[in-house]
Amino acid sequence: MEAASDTLKMIINKICEPEPFFILMVLWCFASVIWADKWVKPKIAFTMMGAFFLLYLFSLTDSNFYSIATKGDNIPIIAMLFMSVYFTWLGFWRGVENDKRKAEGRPMIEEEGKEVKVLVWPHLIYIEFIVGIFCTALLVVWSIVIMAPLEEPASSAATPNPSKAPWYFLGLQEMLVYFDPWMAGVVAPSLIIVGLMAIPYLDKNPKGNGYYTIKERWFAISFFNFGYLVLWMALIFLGTVMRGPNWNFFGPFDYWDVHKQPVLNNLNLSELFFIKTLDMGLPEHWLKREALGIALTVIYLFVLPVLFDKVPFFKIGEFFKKMRIEMGAVRYYTFIFLFLTMMSLPIKMVLRWTVNLKYVVAIPEYFFNI
Amino acid sequence: MADDKELRPAHVPKRQQSIFQPIYDSQIWQSIFRHGWMDNDRNRALVIITNVFMHLHPVRIRKSGVMLSFTWCMGGLSFFLFLVETVTGVLLMFYYRPTAEYAYVDIVALREHVPLGLFREMHRWGAHAMVIIVWLHMFRVFLTGSYKPPREFNWNVGVILLVLTLLLSFTGYLLPWDQLAIWAVTVGTNMARATPLLGHEGPGAMFIKVGDISLVHAGSDVRFGLLGGRFVGEATLLRFYVLHCVAIPLGAAVLMAVHFWRIRKDGGISGPM
Ligand code: HEM
Repeated sequence: MEAASDTLKMIINKICEPEPFFILMVLWCFASVIWADKWVKPKIAFTMMGAFFLLYLFSLTDSNFYSIATKGDNIPIIAMLFMSVYFTWLGFWRGVENDKRKAEGRPMIEEEGKEVKVLVWPHLIYIEFIVGIFCTALLVVWSIVIMAPLEEPASSAATPNPSKAPWYFLGLQEMLVYFDPWMAGVVAPSLIIVGLMAIPYLDKNPKGNGYYTIKERWFAISFFNFGYLVLWMALIFLGTVMRGPNWNFFGPFDYWDVHKQPVLNNLNLSELFFIKTLDMGLPEHWLKREALGIALTVIYLFVLPVLFDKVPFFKIGEFFKKMRIEMGAVRYYTFIFLFLTMMSLPIKMVLRWTVNLKYVVAIPEYFFNI
Repeated sequence: MADDKELRPAHVPKRQQSIFQPIYDSQIWQSIFRHGWMDNDRNRALVIITNVFMHLHPVRIRKSGVMLSFTWCMGGLSFFLFLVETVTGVLLMFYYRPTAEYAYVDIVALREHVPLGLFREMHRWGAHAMVIIVWLHMFRVFLTGSYKPPREFNWNVGVILLVLTLLLSFTGYLLPWDQLAIWAVTVGTNMARATPLLGHEGPGAMFIKVGDISLVHAGSDVRFGLLGGRFVGEATLLRFYVLHCVAIPLGAAVLMAVHFWRIRKDGGISGPM
């Protein structure tokens, strides 16, 4: 028993390391769209959610996990995790149901009784009333049972370790592992806001307006879920549960050891190129030193979009070309720019894990590192 | 009630006289409620249109729009939690002084000496819940494609509301003035140092200078403006307090009014054409 539970914990610790964790999240994100009609079946979905919950209960028996999961501010994050899974299921389930009905030529759920409009009083008011009462009750009980956290009085002398941003920004703090503060803390959040605002103007697909569907909007949904569920929700979870002192990685069942010293052997692209590959010293001038990185960045952001569109390599090229024709050039290039900036995070993660890349362009002279 | 008699279908029995009838008939009651008993459609409509708060709703709504599994009620709950935060927040303001000397002690006093001092808990958990609920609301709106024309603008109002919700949470995080508070806010605001051009450690900031004098330095960059100093201190506490209790809630309330108004102008809750 003891041994089995230890093995299970070890496996989970391994799976939760940033690399497998992230890769699994990405696979799950796309698999959930591709096989939507399979997994949303209530029997399967609720079995999975049940298993997930049992896993959580099992994890609570571990004292290290318990101490993290029961910290006042972390309780809502765990709740958020379960809610995200549940509501993803609910949305997908209704989408799959609608797709099925459409294929069979039946009206969708939202189309049933389309001719009738119901009176807001009482039909909507009573729902709002009951939901309001239920949530008030929940909030009162939650407040009685769990005290709001209060630590030692503020002191600018004693820095806690780890120092964490408020939980809803932990995705951005996780980005700091891969990017400098000006990217993770300023550019990324700005682009997230701009990107969100741009969605209605970029998505020209007239289908799926006002009803759940998966088939008619598979690309938009996978793309949004990748940003929302993986890059935001999953990274918050990672930052809360698996980042300990000095922002080092710890498995959910690991003890947060302050003295853990990870090997730091990350190199800049210029170092990889000039020192490791060419076996010579770094050039004096930053422009010469970073030319390769700058060129790659420019190609990535500005040449790749055009290439995507002009060169029909594989199916991807055709897909992007069709997209450009449907969207128009301005929308297409805006979308691709936002898309590529978003993808720079997973790309940088992979480069870090594979070749220990630190910065593609490193100009510390001007605080400009990416 | 004259309306009642006229509109009551023949098969519906006449409502029994209530013992409160004299109250309903009084001039005071009638001056407040301009509708009769809600047992017919006319009065059910009047309830909504004669009450400014109810009037956030339309009188009639498409059937799919009231389904809990369509909206998840997440927008309504976001607003509800905003109201909870307002009420509990006002109560907290009675006990709390935003100075380095008193802030922490006031929170401790609230916990130890105030009977039913539950509202700090309600305020904090409600705030966390609101952040999550607003995210889920956005997720629902995305999944139903409700940002598509004609609702593009309302999605944008929503995005700003989301940002304001996060900023409300963030500014509130500092107020207990404990270790958790100042270090979380320090980590968060340290990013502002690196703002391109405007932060003293941001790319490009060093080029902004007159002659040899740099204009963007630790004592003049955006972070300094945000914190009211070079580090999180008493000036920051006051700034965040004012932002948290006055400026951001006001902005959010105005935008919520726009958001709700636009839902109706855009044709109500979305549904298939
Ligand atoms: C404090 C934040 C917010 C409040 C109080 C709020 C409130 C509401 C309410 C009550 C509705 C009615 C339908 C429903 O309950 O779902 C609604 C609809 C809507 N909301 Fe929000 N919302 C907020 C944030 C957002 C955000 C972050 C977005 C998107 C980024 C958004 C976009 C929309 C859109 C497009 C609709 C129309 C949906 C439809 O017609 O189906 N809102 N909002």
